[in-house]
Amino acid sequence: MNNSELKAKAIQIRMDLLRMIHGARTGHTGGSLSNTDILTALYYRIMRIDSARPKWDERDRFIASKGHSVESLWCILADLGFFPKEELATFSQFGTRLIGHPNNKVPGIEMNTGALGHGLAISVGMALSAKRDGKAYRVYCLMGDGEQAEGSVWEAAMAGAHYGLDNLVGIVDRNRLQISGSTEEVMGLDPLDEKWAAFGWNVISLDGNDIDELVAALERVPAIPGKPTLIMANTVKGKGVSFAENVPHWHHHVPSDEELAKALAELTEAAERLKQQEGQVR
Amino acid sequence: MMNKIPNRQVICETLAELARDDRDIMVLASDSRGSAAMAPFAKEFPDQFVEVGIAEQNIVGISAGLAHSGKKPFVTSPACFLSMRSIEQIKVDVAYSGTNVKLVGISGGVSYGALGMSHHSVQDIAVARAIPGLAVVLPADRHETKRMTEALVKHEGGVYVRIGRNPVEDSYGSDEECEFVLGQAVTMRDGADLTIIAAGETVRVALDAHEALKEAGVSCRVINMHTIKPLDEEAVLRAAGETGHIITVEEHSIHGGLGAAVAEVVVQHKPVPMRIVGIPDEPAIAGKTSEVFEHYGISANNLKRLALELLGK
Repeated sequence: MNNSELKAKAIQIRMDLLRMIHGARTGHTGGSLSNTDILTALYYRIMRIDSARPKWDERDRFIASKGHSVESLWCILADLGFFPKEELATFSQFGTRLIGHPNNKVPGIEMNTGALGHGLAISVGMALSAKRDGKAYRVYCLMGDGEQAEGSVWEAAMAGAHYGLDNLVGIVDRNRLQISGSTEEVMGLDPLDEKWAAFGWNVISLDGNDIDELVAALERVPAIPGKPTLIMANTVKGKGVSFAENVPHWHHHVPSDEELAKALAELTEAAERLKQQEGQVR
Repeated sequence: MMNKIPNRQVICETLAELARDDRDIMVLASDSRGSAAMAPFAKEFPDQFVEVGIAEQNIVGISAGLAHSGKKPFVTSPACFLSMRSIEQIKVDVAYSGTNVKLVGISGGVSYGALGMSHHSVQDIAVARAIPGLAVVLPADRHETKRMTEALVKHEGGVYVRIGRNPVEDSYGSDEECEFVLGQAVTMRDGADLTIIAAGETVRVALDAHEALKEAGVSCRVINMHTIKPLDEEAVLRAAGETGHIITVEEHSIHGGLGAAVAEVVVQHKPVPMRIVGIPDEPAIAGKTSEVFEHYGISANNLKRLALELLGK
């Protein structure tokens, strides 16, 4: 997919996840909207995956360490054909496999996550295994910024650098908000880039809602052989829906009928604008 | 003659033997290769060994990632830390995600006798037992440890193993005499009047109690419940039905361990008089394993006394 197709796809995924959360009356709306561009770049361009062979040995691995923002992931996996799109209607309903966190009973999900601070260590294990076996696959681990307060993140960060895992890419969805408010007020993280660099990672700081920047950075990995990569994806929580952007309670706010209609209208408009821009470019 | 080979050394030797032909076997240590007796393995198989430093959460997460990629990781880390510090990783990354990780808690129970409660692991069975899908195993001696290790390499799924630090006196005569099947209790001695159910290092104590009781004219069955989960319920119910009295003995808190597991079955399906012997609900007293055992009545003499009391003799 080219970059403009990716941008259009990200808008569609945002609309899908808003409808899904609205239908289910539950979900982590803000974080899913903030990471949608990251996941779109990974799943539709960067990662070597095949929905027909979810356990293909050479596939790239994705670990959603911030497991609570699973809504964008469910919508993308359904869109890619890992499971039928109609199943999205069962999200969070009684007995569903599409629960509120990644669930490896669903094709395309590697590990059950949701308890914060677990994903990077698991990713280190996967990347280490690839190195020892001389396999080419990469491991991508998406973390939240609030999650960075978990000490286990830093245990894994140390190990990733110690073992020179340049096939490992950590991504921090740096939207600067967590459930109680600003990350810097809850437990200060800055300078977060410098912390990762001090732990031996090659840090690339970028606009995590900008597909062009994301694709350019991810295509360069590993920029420094022998070093794991950390993408500091500076994002906006609630991105794409003006009245949800940077509003803490949208962390798990469920849009009302009216809010949904308004959000979908905004996103439809954004898609139209994108088309016009593309037309002008051509 | 007293055995001088600790179970941890047996695990290392057995894994090393198998690792020559099975490149997927991996051993992980948290600055614990010395205390786990894994230094020879680390030296011989550097590509199959991973050091994580003093980071018990990390060791379990990394192992889960390795297992997901087809490896057969054996985590070797002190039981006190492995079963507590990393219990959430065990619950989520191993049990819930269904990864094939073997967690070997070394220096378990009161092995670190004089180091205090921070280093004792006498709640680990209770904690591990509560995790769905996680098997819990305590091998009795070096022979059973060898057989268990061989079986666990073939077994697919998460297992928590607890072993002690020091050599244990043999319960079996040889490796050949010992057969290990996960989840299948071993009747070490048959008997008709009562049954003592033991696991790990207390199997030897139970066998000694059997001899002491024989002298007193009591026929005592001894069951080695090496797998505490999944529990061999049939063996428990047979013991309850055929011998009418049960004593459990364990190097663990009296809450939530072997005794509790047995009682859960007995009380629901075949209530018979029972006694649970173990460490009381307190920070365990300092001392060598034998001294601590003696202090809390984890001894052949005390088991004999309790048995006679239970039988009204």
